[in-house]
Amino acid sequence: MTPQSSFMVLGAIDRGREAELRRLLASMNDAPGQVDAGNAFRDFENLHFARLLIIEDTTREDIEAYGLPPRSYPTYLAFLGDVDGDGDEFLEDAARRASKGLREIFACCEGFIESTDLVAWMKAHRTPSAADYVNWRGRTVRSARENAALYERLQRYIDDNAGALADLPPQAAHATLQQFVQAEQSAGRLALTPENPTPFGWTIANLLHLIGVPLVLLLASPLLLIIGAVFLVRLRSLEKSDLELCQRVEQSHSDALALIEDHDVTNQFSALGGVKPGVVRLWTLSFVLLIIDYAARHLYTRGRLARVRTIHFARWVWLDNRRRVIFLSNYDGSLESYMDDFINKVGFGLNVVFGNGMGYPRTNWLLIDGCKDERKFKEYLRRHQLPTQVWYKAYPGLTAVDLERNARIREGIESRAMSEAEAREWIAKL
Amino acid sequence: MTRSQIEYDDTQGLVRFGFGALTEACYVLARVRSVAAARSWLHLAPVTSAVELDQAPATALQVAFTAPGLAALGVAPSVIAGFSHEFVSGMTEPSRSRRLGDVGSDAPAQWEWGTSTTVPHLVVMFFAKAQRLEGLMKDLMGSGWNEAFDELQRLHTGDLEGHEPFGFRDGISQPEIDWEQSYEPLGPHVTYGNRVALGEFLLGYRNEYGKYTDRPLIDADAASEGLPSAEDAPNKKDVGRNGTYFVLRQLRQDVRGFWQFIVNQAGGNFAQAEMIGAAMVGRGANGDPLAAIQAEKIAGIEQEPEVIARNQFTFDADALGVRCPIGAHIRRTNPRNTDYVGRPDALKRLIAMLGFGQNGLRDDLTSSVRFHRILRRGREYGPGLSPQDALAPAPPGEAERGLHFACLNANISRQFEFLQNAWTMNSKFSALTGENDPVVGNRQAITGCPVTGRFTIPASGRLRRRMSGLPPFVTVRGGAYFFLPGLRALRYFTGAMR
Ligand code: HEM
Repeated sequence: MTPQSSFMVLGAIDRGREAELRRLLASMNDAPGQVDAGNAFRDFENLHFARLLIIEDTTREDIEAYGLPPRSYPTYLAFLGDVDGDGDEFLEDAARRASKGLREIFACCEGFIESTDLVAWMKAHRTPSAADYVNWRGRTVRSARENAALYERLQRYIDDNAGALADLPPQAAHATLQQFVQAEQSAGRLALTPENPTPFGWTIANLLHLIGVPLVLLLASPLLLIIGAVFLVRLRSLEKSDLELCQRVEQSHSDALALIEDHDVTNQFSALGGVKPGVVRLWTLSFVLLIIDYAARHLYTRGRLARVRTIHFARWVWLDNRRRVIFLSNYDGSLESYMDDFINKVGFGLNVVFGNGMGYPRTNWLLIDGCKDERKFKEYLRRHQLPTQVWYKAYPGLTAVDLERNARIREGIESRAMSEAEAREWIAKL
Repeated sequence: MTRSQIEYDDTQGLVRFGFGALTEACYVLARVRSVAAARSWLHLAPVTSAVELDQAPATALQVAFTAPGLAALGVAPSVIAGFSHEFVSGMTEPSRSRRLGDVGSDAPAQWEWGTSTTVPHLVVMFFAKAQRLEGLMKDLMGSGWNEAFDELQRLHTGDLEGHEPFGFRDGISQPEIDWEQSYEPLGPHVTYGNRVALGEFLLGYRNEYGKYTDRPLIDADAASEGLPSAEDAPNKKDVGRNGTYFVLRQLRQDVRGFWQFIVNQAGGNFAQAEMIGAAMVGRGANGDPLAAIQAEKIAGIEQEPEVIARNQFTFDADALGVRCPIGAHIRRTNPRNTDYVGRPDALKRLIAMLGFGQNGLRDDLTSSVRFHRILRRGREYGPGLSPQDALAPAPPGEAERGLHFACLNANISRQFEFLQNAWTMNSKFSALTGENDPVVGNRQAITGCPVTGRFTIPASGRLRRRMSGLPPFVTVRGGAYFFLPGLRALRYFTGAMR
């Protein structure tokens, strides 16, 4: 099993070169925000998603509304992606194979000059996630593509031989399709590459994390309980008075965002927000992100983030000394469906995280209400959303559920024998 | 709220009635020529309210406005900006077209009306009993009318006696509006119900989230004095209350193409073709559902034998779509599901909420339908054509036929657009792939999915059957988002409150 990881290279843009950078990024696309089909990303067999994002400081108004001293944040350029294997290795590989393009882009960042060592610079500017979510641990780009080819090949075979196959009972149908696939494989028309072994170091680290985090929490629990109780009282009073900033967004802002959406069945989402003032909010959010990261690592590794099945990858990243957070995801369907899924299925989860963000609709006991005020929540999200300049997806047209279906079909093809009930369930997926 | 307090008298009748007894109808799309004349025509127009009369009326009149239409009437930009984003930016905004599937041959550039100079300002809907329409229109469209408006189009309607042009019984399933506001929307709901919060169909009332939808709330002054106060902001006047959004789309139906395709699929066997057609719709031509009727009552489904036989069903017992295909039109447009799968008790709900215990490929994939209901008010147009006659080639110059699809909803993006985007045009609905709605799908390729013209018919314990190469049977010819105001709001728009 090859585990996935994420990377994000973050650099402050040289103010004088922002316009140039925007032009450069736009020139990589063939539709607004959608990277050209013949782009260099495609050459990387282990890259699931990538994006180039200009992070403008859109939090100034919120900071002002909260009566905090104004801060001037730089405009950042973020280059981020989700890969099979190690992030650093990917960056090294990218620097080897796409050095010219990357240098041209990063040259618009402060401190990047002709003589800068690209790899060292990217590594030095890597910004880790506070929490990472992967839809399906171990699903590589390669298997996603191979499984999709398998699915389509099977579809064609079943359609072409409908007469002969239609009356076969489940187990016989399974056996027939299995034979067909084996024949295709031997003829070199289908490739189903076996999984790589799981890196030993990763297994150990994951195990330590699995045990370590609860252990530390357990040891610290007397202290945490006291702090928790104090925090809860404080949060309860804060949430009653914290400002809501959910006014309608400018039509032009929502139109600009919509322009880059719904070109594929999957969309990107980037949203930036300021953390509410005070240590209570800061530590609450830190704790919640720790828990989310833990759950995503150890519980939600097979196609579901709680009830949500449409997110391919997601992450939360601290910026500017934990004063701001950026949330980045790749999800299936339109934004409206994404937001509905969130509100109706994981409202509690949204509230407990984003409730610590400036302007979020008012929560009740941290978990309740908040996003259930649909109108305010949708405006809040749109308000904080940033347009993505360049976006890449390795398997256009496939949703997370497609990938899951295809993987389950492959499992069936590769399993020797099936009971009648298993075969019934399996053929229903075709 | 007691019955007497229901504001039927301030609501246009279309919200409550389909005016089914008024078999003739014409929708006139127009643009304002003179503001003053338009206002005075509208002021005098006998717009029908939702009050039930002892004797059914012989005629009815309804009016609705687009955002440019409100501007043309002189409604302040700040007021218009209070309506929802979708209404303000309109049906043909480019990214919206992508979401609605209005691309390729359905793209607004090909429409007969509804783009740039053909965007209507308003639609005036005339309804009448047989033989009475012409008279009604003549009476109301005298000299005042001509001075006030430039007509863009007259959308004539036909009466195929309860059937849409493909020949299937239509208008069977509708949500029941909770006029009395007796139903508690705040969840969780674990069984499917057909009663829906008033705020899903009228602005100014609590919706399925127990909240209020976008609408303009303004300060009280001489001009707005007669408007109702906002429930959630009593010192503001509510321009939206008792009004709703009216979505109108002219959908041309290729009736010959439809029957020729499926008869061909059935190898010329007409009875089998009818079964394929029923699988595509999810109901037989006579309206009988393919899903099994259940003994258990459904809230909001009347306990009349006919209603039970047609509507007392869900798809719960048919998870694989063996009786009614997953992709059938009525299963896509109303999956009859609920907030949680399989009516769980509190503990199971907690487990489900955390994302465990639902491991099937389709489990918990489709959004809870109570947030996505629409009230359909469409009417067919063009001459009828029986399925048998449809097998013959079209005579030269044949008249167009189709559906003036119309629906009412308080939140266009969460209701109509969601249905259209996530459920009918989506080639990935409920873990399917490569197929959009077999009846209304546009069959347009999307990035990475060249094929959207399949239709899968699951079989019990056998490999699925599948049709491929479905052509589009429906083409969009025009459309717009309108606001169908309450009657006091209408007076406010016409300046009569000043
Ligand atoms: C020309 C195009 C269309 C045709 C021929 C058509 C036909 C039908 C038929 C025959 C029914 C079954 C009758 C009934 O349950 O009342 C139906 C139901 C329905 N249709 Fe359509 N339809 C069309 C377009 C649309 C569109 C564009 C939408 C929405 C985006 C839509 C939404 C619905 C809904 C919500 C139902 C009721 C489902 C239920 O509650 O069980 N239809 N349609």
